Order: sequence, then structure tokens, then C-alpha cells
Amino acid sequence: MPSPDTLTHSKTAQGPLVEARGLSHARDGRTVMAIGDWQLEPGAHALLLGPSGSGKTTFINIVTGLLTPSHGAISVAGEVMSALPPAARDALRRRTIGLVFQTLRLIPALSVTDNLALAQQLALGHVDRAAIAGMIDRVGLSHRAAARPRQLSQGEGQRAAIARALITRPRLVVADEPTSALDDANAARMIDLMFDVADATGATLLVATHDGRIAHRFANRLNLMAPVAA
Amino acid sequence: MIGLSLAYLKDRGLNTALNILLLALSVASLVILLLFSSQLENRFDKDAQGIDMVVGAKGSPLQLILSSVYHVDIPTGNVPLDTVVLLRRQLGVAEAIPLALGDSFRSFRIVGTEPAYPALLGASLADGRMFAAKMEAVIGADVAARTGANLGQRFVGGHGMSSGDDGPKHEETPFIVVGRLKPTGTVIDRLILTRVESVWGVHGIEDPGEDHHADHHGGESAEAHAEHAGAAEVTAVLVRFGSPIAAVRLPGFINRQTNLQAAVPAVEVSRLLALVGVGLDAVRAFAVLLMLTAGLSIFVALLTALKEREGDMAMLRVIGASRAAIIGQVASEGLILASAGAALGLLLGHGVIGMAAASIEQLRALGLNALTFHPGEALIVTSALGIGLIAALIPALRVLKNDIAETLANAR
Repeated sequence: MPSPDTLTHSKTAQGPLVEARGLSHARDGRTVMAIGDWQLEPGAHALLLGPSGSGKTTFINIVTGLLTPSHGAISVAGEVMSALPPAARDALRRRTIGLVFQTLRLIPALSVTDNLALAQQLALGHVDRAAIAGMIDRVGLSHRAAARPRQLSQGEGQRAAIARALITRPRLVVADEPTSALDDANAARMIDLMFDVADATGATLLVATHDGRIAHRFANRLNLMAPVAA
Repeated sequence: MIGLSLAYLKDRGLNTALNILLLALSVASLVILLLFSSQLENRFDKDAQGIDMVVGAKGSPLQLILSSVYHVDIPTGNVPLDTVVLLRRQLGVAEAIPLALGDSFRSFRIVGTEPAYPALLGASLADGRMFAAKMEAVIGADVAARTGANLGQRFVGGHGMSSGDDGPKHEETPFIVVGRLKPTGTVIDRLILTRVESVWGVHGIEDPGEDHHADHHGGESAEAHAEHAGAAEVTAVLVRFGSPIAAVRLPGFINRQTNLQAAVPAVEVSRLLALVGVGLDAVRAFAVLLMLTAGLSIFVALLTALKEREGDMAMLRVIGASRAAIIGQVASEGLILASAGAALGLLLGHGVIGMAAASIEQLRALGLNALTFHPGEALIVTSALGIGLIAALIPALRVLKNDIAETLANAR
């Protein structure tokens, strides 16, 4: 298993944005995710594919620094996540990563605009109302900017969640099952939107899903197997 | 994050409003008790300044003090005019000031007395002069403000201590305003002062001095003079001692050896406050309990809200909120609730005091004032804020112990 130090080269060189070495995770003595070596270049669109329970969410939690892997290491933007103290890990996530969840997790008490403003304030320390209006327009929610999340349809909510993930102009956008609750047409529209917005902002895209409908849209795929025995 | 706290509070508006109301009621109760007891005590002290003993007719000593010092009760009766002379002759008595009560003008008592009475309470003239001749009157600052009476204006007293405009009037014997007193914050602000002889004159009692004068010039019989002199009475005599020995000796002597009653304001007031104090303590304990209940209610509300918002909290952490920011956000929710409750409570407390003073004559007479602030109110507000903060911090710290990834996974 490589030490975290072996991954630090990409911090200074123009290396991969995400790099995993010998990565796996065990819970209660059982391996729940095993990836080994893998890397994601800046600006790429990658798909993390696998059935339920194959460890997609575990991998996303490790990439975003919410979980420390039991074996191996992962670096994001040249920083080894597991080697960072919690505050630095929070700061790296805040600066670098935008997250989109299947269940959106928009703050229900805030409007779409204020959800984006809060994300911007927390990540960048300031609020740029013009940029927020532009992002809301880009995801086609200008007419719903003042609406609360509970007033949005599933599709509108997904677009709002994507807008929130991208408003801080993160280098890496991680989406966990963003289309599983959508019908075919909306799923396709969602992926189009994520590609468009990510390309426009220069973000790298990592989408975890077991949704076979969108797999063909990605050239870069990482297939996770069903849970493996320890 | 304050904006987020406000948004969360607004999002569950009814719950927020009820918690604010509950805390406001407890703060208001404590403020009312504090203002009432402190202003009452303060007023009692100020009104009784310089009065060491009151001598009046036999009866309740508390009633004698309330009627003669604070002017809120009816007198126990009258005492002979000679009492004043006798008291002035006593060793150790520095001052003996007669009071003759019985009439009022628009609910303000007309007090027959001497210029020494306003001087004793530290009152000075705002304009005009002190009463000198019979039927001349000097009015207190509240009387002037409420009746609009000016110098030179005549008015007619009504029979009774609190008669309004409807009671029987002494139309034949009008008073004339010759002076107005500056505000003192004492009972004298609400009094109309005149000579004792004026009160006698209004009630058809001849002045013994005048009787004597008439007799001397060959008018009246000795029997008649004695009869008239005997009818000249005063309601009470306010006594200021010149020596501590008199304070020990005189009240007991008067009560045991004469048909008069001597009451000491300090003793009666502390007895009254002790009696009232038991009730106030019970209400105060209830108000404290109410405040703790309000704190518990905020605690339960935030605990429930944060349980529902565990996913939100985890998401906030994911998008960059530090642990301190999360604690600050939740703490600010508790503090906003507590601040709103405390502010509303202060407003409510002072409002109730104001309304009570405006609508209950006895409370107004005691000088209850809604615009007076007591330093103890700062402690009440601080306690409310502290309770709000603690009620918020406990669930906040509990939420922060949660594993973010696990919370998000469970919330998915």
C-alpha cells in the first residue's frame, strides 16, 4: 500500500485532480469498497458505476474527506485527504468540491437564491448576487428564484442543487445518484445540464450512479463491483 | 448565519411565536414584580421621610399610617386640636405638624396643615407663594398637571377623600390657588395644601382662635367657646423626633396612657411589606418557574428542530460551515428567541404597570410609574438570554457529535 506521501507530487505538477492509490474501505471487518489505483484528470467527466451496496457513496465520502479510508489514500488537488487535519480537510472541501445529492439537501427555510448565497458565503466569504442570478438563469430557474425547496418539483430541485454545487466555482463537482429519482427525459436533461455547466465553469465531474440510462454519456467510467468479502 | 437563523425561526413561525410569548410572559411577570415592589418600597421610604411617628385616633395603626402618611386610606378618626400643643411640649419632639383631612377636589385630597409639612417632604414652590390666609391653597405638581389649575383660580372642594365631580360640594367656601409646588416624586405631588383653619371653615367649625377673638370682644359665652374649641379637631399629627429617647419612649407612652394612637411608619411599613412580601415571593417563584419552563420549551423546540435538521447541519458542514459556525448558528437561534422574548417581556411588564397605574387610582396614588427602569431588569434580561443560549447549545453540541457521512447517508 503506498504511503500518502507518494501522492503529493500532483500538488505542484499539473497532475490528476483526484488520485487514488490502493484504495479500499472496510466496515466491521468487511470490505465495502475496493478501488485500488485510479485517477481523474482536470476537466474530465467520470462515471462511478455500480449496483447498490457496491461502495459508490463510500467512495464519494472518501473523495470529499467525510470518511477516512481504512486502506490506501486519496488526493484531491494535490492534497492527501486523510493526511489533513479536520479543519484543513473542511477548508479543502469548501474551496475545491461541490456536492450534489440525490435528495438535494437544500436548506428548506431558504429560497433558491438564498441557498446559493449561503453556499457562496461559506465557501468564498462573500455573496455575489449577480453571479447567483446568472447561475439560476443558467439552470433555468429564474422564475423560481424566490421559491422555497418544498415548492419546487423534483427536477427543479435537482437543478437548484446543481446550481448550488457550482456557484462556488469548485474544481471538482461530485454528484451522488443525481438522476435516480428522475424519469428518462429528466435524467437526460439533468446530465446535459451538468455537462454544460461543468464545461462552462471548467469543473471536473464525478457522477456516482447505478442508473444505466446515463452510463453511455461518459467515456471515463469506474466500475465498482458488488460488495466483496473480506 | 444570522440570516439562516432568522429563516429557520420564520419557517416554524407558530412554534417561534409561542416560545417568544412564553418567555415574554415570564420576563413580564418578573419585571412587574420588581417594578411594583421596588417602586412601592421607594415610595414608602420617600413619603415617610422625616416622619418618625404619627398620632391619631385609636384604630388600626396601619390604617393611620396609610391615611396620614401615604394618603391612600380613610383616617381612623379625629383627635383634639390640643394634641398638637401637647406633643409640641414633649421633650424630644422636634416638630409636630397637624393634618386635617376630609375633602378632596377631583380625587385629589385637600390637606389642612402648616407650611412645615411640604418643607418636611422637601417640596419647594414652582411658582406663587405658600398658603398663609384661610382658604388659600398650594397645589402639588400632579394636581396642577391633571387639573390644569392656575394661580388665582378658584375651586370648590367636595366632601370625601376621593370624590370626583359628582359628590356633595362646599360651594360657599371656595379655595384660591396661591402657589404650585415643584414635582417631588412623593405623595405631596398629589395633594392640595391649605391651612387647617380652611378645612374647619369649610365644615362650619369655628376657628378657636377666632372664637377667642370674638369672645374677647364680648360676643360669646365661655361654654360656647369651650364647645367650639372642642369641635376643632385635626385628623392626625405628624411627629419628627429630636432625640432617639423620644422615639423609644413616646409611642408606647401615648398608646398606653392616652386615648390617642401612636404609630411608627417604619414599623408599620415593614409589617405591611412583610405581609405583601409573602405574596410577592410566591408570585416571584411562579415567575421564575415560568422562565425555566420557557427555557425548557425553547430547548425542546430546538432539540426537535435540530433532530429534523440533522441532514441540513451535515450539509452545511459539507458546503463549508465550520463547527463553530454551526454552534453559532444554533446559538443565535436561541439568543434571537430569548432576545425577542426578553424585549417583549420588558415592553409587556412596563405596559402592564402603566395600564395599572392609569386605571387603578390607589396604584397611581402610590406613584407607580411605567417609565422607571430598575437595575434588576438587566439581571432578568441576562437570565433570559442565558437560558436561551443554554437551551440552544445543548442540542447544538449534540448534533455536532454526529458523523457527517453517516447523517447524510441516513438522510438520503
